[in-house]
Amino acid sequence: MTLEELRPGESGMMEKVTAKGMLAQRLMDMGLYPGVEIKVIRNAPLEDPVHVEADGSSVSIRHEEARFVQVRPTARASSGKSEGRG
Amino acid sequence: MTTVQSAFSEKIRIALAGQPNCGKSTVFNGLTGAKQYVANYPGVTVEKMTGWYSRKGTQVEVVDLPGTYSLTSYSPEERVSRDFLLHEKPSVVINVLDASNLKRSLYLTFQLLEMRVPVVMNLNMMDAAEEAGLSIDIEGLSRELGVPAVPTVMRAGKGKEGLYDAVERVASSGVKRSESPLDYPELESDLAALSGLLSKEKSLVDACPPRWLAVKLLEGDREAVRLVSEAVQGRPGIQEAVNASRERFEKEHGESADVYIARRRYQKAAEVAGRHVSKKAEAGAKPSLTSRIDALVCDKLLGPIILLGVIYALYSLAIVQGYKLTNYTWPLLAGMRNFIESFLPSPGFIEIPVLRALTLWFVDSINALLNYIPIFFILFGLIAILEDSGYMPRMAFIMDRVLSRFGLHGQSTLPMVLGGVVVGGCAVPGVMSTKGIPDERSRLATILTIPMLNCLAKVPLYILLINIYFADRKDVAMFFISTVSILLVLPVAKILTLTVLKNRETAPFIMEMPAYHIPTLRGVFGRAFERVWLYIRKITTVVAAVSVILFALLQFPGLPEESQTRYEARKDAAVAEFLTATSGNSLIGEPDERGVLDIILFHDAFRAARMNVVSREEAEAVQREFEARNPALYKVLQDRRDEEARSANQALRLLINERRTILLEMRQERIENSILGMVGHWMEPFSQWAGFNWRVNVAILSSLAAKESSVATLGSLYQQQEGDESATLEQRMAAEESGFSPLHALALMLFMVLCPPCFPTAIAVKVQTGSTKWMLFSFFYPLILGLSAAVLIFSGGSSLGLTGMQAMWGFYALALALTVVMGFAGGARREDEV
Repeated sequence: MTLEELRPGESGMMEKVTAKGMLAQRLMDMGLYPGVEIKVIRNAPLEDPVHVEADGSSVSIRHEEARFVQVRPTARASSGKSEGRG
Repeated sequence: MTTVQSAFSEKIRIALAGQPNCGKSTVFNGLTGAKQYVANYPGVTVEKMTGWYSRKGTQVEVVDLPGTYSLTSYSPEERVSRDFLLHEKPSVVINVLDASNLKRSLYLTFQLLEMRVPVVMNLNMMDAAEEAGLSIDIEGLSRELGVPAVPTVMRAGKGKEGLYDAVERVASSGVKRSESPLDYPELESDLAALSGLLSKEKSLVDACPPRWLAVKLLEGDREAVRLVSEAVQGRPGIQEAVNASRERFEKEHGESADVYIARRRYQKAAEVAGRHVSKKAEAGAKPSLTSRIDALVCDKLLGPIILLGVIYALYSLAIVQGYKLTNYTWPLLAGMRNFIESFLPSPGFIEIPVLRALTLWFVDSINALLNYIPIFFILFGLIAILEDSGYMPRMAFIMDRVLSRFGLHGQSTLPMVLGGVVVGGCAVPGVMSTKGIPDERSRLATILTIPMLNCLAKVPLYILLINIYFADRKDVAMFFISTVSILLVLPVAKILTLTVLKNRETAPFIMEMPAYHIPTLRGVFGRAFERVWLYIRKITTVVAAVSVILFALLQFPGLPEESQTRYEARKDAAVAEFLTATSGNSLIGEPDERGVLDIILFHDAFRAARMNVVSREEAEAVQREFEARNPALYKVLQDRRDEEARSANQALRLLINERRTILLEMRQERIENSILGMVGHWMEPFSQWAGFNWRVNVAILSSLAAKESSVATLGSLYQQQEGDESATLEQRMAAEESGFSPLHALALMLFMVLCPPCFPTAIAVKVQTGSTKWMLFSFFYPLILGLSAAVLIFSGGSSLGLTGMQAMWGFYALALALTVVMGFAGGARREDEV
C-alpha cells in the first residue's frame, strides 16, 4: 500500500519509492527513505497535503506525491486520538 | 609584537553551509555582526549573503550559502552552493547542524565531507537538544568524523569564541581530509573503478575530487554527467561504465543506485548519532511543544480561523497602524521638500521656472514612495517574525489545496496577502516575498498575478469613481471591486500555468514543518532593515529616473504662443483689478507688479508653514515669525476685525483664486499639448471602445509610474471651476464628463484591477525573475487583458443596454464561473517522472 492510503494516526514502514529522479531524491533528502518508519499526523483542513513524521523529520507532502511512497502498515490508528477522514 | 606588520595582512574566505531551520542565519549574524552585504549569485535569483569579521589580524569573509537539505543539482540553491564549494574553494566550511536532530543534519555533513572541503562542524541549538533530554559526546563525534566540532547556542551568543578558534585552527593548518568516513559496501567496487577512470582526466581532477564525482555519476546527477561529457569530448568509456553500473545495481538489488546512496547516508548518520547521542530516560514522554501547537494551528476548524486572524493582524498592524505612522513621518518628508524648495528659483505670477517644476515633481515622486517606508518596515518585520517562528510553512500547509488547484503554491499565500487579497496591499513586497517558493512554475505564476490584487494606491481611484457613479450602492460596489480581483487572479494564474508557463520547472511539494522558535529581535530588525534598504536602493532609484522622463513627456513641447499671450492678458487684468480694489489701502501701499507677486508669495509661504505644524506652540511661533517679517501683510491675512485688512484680504483672495485658475488651465493645456497628451488623443479612437477618453488615457499612462498618479493626474485634468474653489474632484469630474456613465466608470475600474504593474513592481518582477523578458511580459499581458475586460464591459454593456449594476454583476458571475471552471481544468495527476 502507499503512504497516500494511510490515515491520520496510522504508521507504516517505508519499503520503496516508486518515483525516479527529482521526486525520489527530494523525498529522501527530507528524510523519507526506505526503511524509515512513517507516521501520518494529520491531513490539512482541506485534506491535502498530509503532515507526516519520520525519525526526526516532520514534513508535509501532497497526496499526489505520497502515492510514490510504498509502505507496510505497522500501526493502526489508536481510537480516541486525532481521528480524521482518510 | 608583530601586530602592526600583520594587521589585516591576511584575508581568508569561509562559507556557512547547513540545512534550513538549523539556525544558520543566527550563526551568520552572530559571527559577522552588522557588516553584511546582499547580492545575487550570477544568473540566478538566489540571494548571496556576505559578511565580514576580523580576528587576530586576519580578515575573514563569510559567505552564507543558501540553506539546503542536500547537495544535488535539482534546485538552483543546491547548484550555487555546490559550485561555490568547488570553484571558490573556501578556506573553511562551517557546517551548521541542528544539535537536537543530529541524525537529519549529518545527512548533509557527509555530502560536504565527500566533497573534501575543510569542514568545521557547528552543533547549534544545544539548548533545544538539552531540552529534549539529549546529551551529545562532542569529542567522540569530532574524533570519529575527523573534523572539529563546536557546540553553540547562537541565539544566546554562547560558544562563538570556540567557533572562531576552530575556524582559525583549520584555516591555518591547511589540512584536507584524506578519506571520506562514508562507504557504500554494495557500490565500492564500482566506485573504485570509476574513480580510477576519472583520475585520468586531468581537467576533472582539477575541478573536483574523483570519488565525489563518481558518487554523483552513480546518483544520476545531471550536472555531473554534463561536467564529464564536456571533459571527455565524445571519447567513450566513463558514461558507459556509469550506465552499466547503475543498470547492474538496479537489477541485483531492486532499487536504484541513488536510493541506495541516500539510504546509506542515513544509515551511517544513524550509526554515528547512535554512538554519540544518548537520551535521558525521563524525557520524551510528553509530546513536544511544537506538536502541541500544531494540534491547534493545523486543526481542521481552528487552523483556518487562526490563519485568518494572523492575516487580519498583519493588515491591521502594517497597513492601518503603518498608515498612522506616516502621519508622523510625512512632515519630515514635507519638511525636506520645503527645504529643497527654498533653494529653487521662486515662481513668477504665471511663469513657473522649469528647474523649479522639475525638481519639485522629482521630490514629490520620491516622497510618494518614501512615504511607504513605515508601512514596509512594519510589514517586513512581521514577515520576519512569521518566517523565524516557523508559522509560514503552516500557512502553506493550510492553503496549498486551494492554491495548487490554480497552479499556485501553498507558499503563495503570504505574497498574495501582501499584494492585497482584500483592499490595500502593495505588489512590491508581495513580489519580493515570492523568493521562498521552491516550485519555479508556481513562483512565476504568483509573481505574474500579484499585481492584479488590490494595491493600496489603486484604492483612491476606486473610491473616486464609486462615489460618483455608484453613489447609491457604495457598499455593493466596494464589495465587488475588493473581491473580483481574486476571482481574476486565480483563473489567470491557472491559464498562465497551462500556457506560457507550461514548460517551466516544477518541484514536488515536500515541505519541512520545522519546530517553532521564538524569533530574535536581532533577526527580525535586521531583516526588516535589510529589505527596506533593498526597496530604497532598487525601487526608488528607478522611480527617480522614470519621474524625470514622465515630467518631460507631460511638459513638452509646452504652450503655443497665442495661448501664452492670452494668459498674460488675464494676469494683467487680475493684477489691475487688485490694484484698483486696494488703491489707497495703507496696508497694501502702492506696489508694482513685482510687489503684488511678493504679497502672493508671502501668503503662500504662510499657508505652507502653517500646514506643517503639529502643536499649538509651533503654530504660535509661525505666526510670530510672519508677523515680524511683515506686520502689515500679516494683518491683511489674519485680522478679521480691521476694515482695511478685511477689504484687502477680499481683493487678495480674488487675485489668488484667479492666479490659481490660470495656472491650472495652463497646466491642463500644457498636458493636452504634451507628448503624453498627444498619445492620449491618438489612442482615443481605439480606447473609446473601452469608454476611455483622452484624459483617462493620460491618467492611465501616468499611473504607470505609481498608481497614485492616476487620481492626481485626473485632478489636474479636471480643473477647478472659476471662483468655485470648494468643488471636489468628484463634482468637477461629474460636471465635465456629462457623457460619462457608470459603465464608463466600471470599465475603468476593471482596467485598473487588471492593468499593468507600476514601474516599481516591474522592477521587483525583474529582480525576482532575473529576466527582462518576464518583466516585459508582466507588463503587456495585463494591458491586453485589462483592455479586453474594459471593452467587454463598455461595448458589450452598451450594446445590451445594461446598467452599471447589471454589468457589474454580469462580470462578477462570469469571473466566478471562470474561476470554478479553471479550478477543475487540466489537473492531470503527476505520472512517474524522470
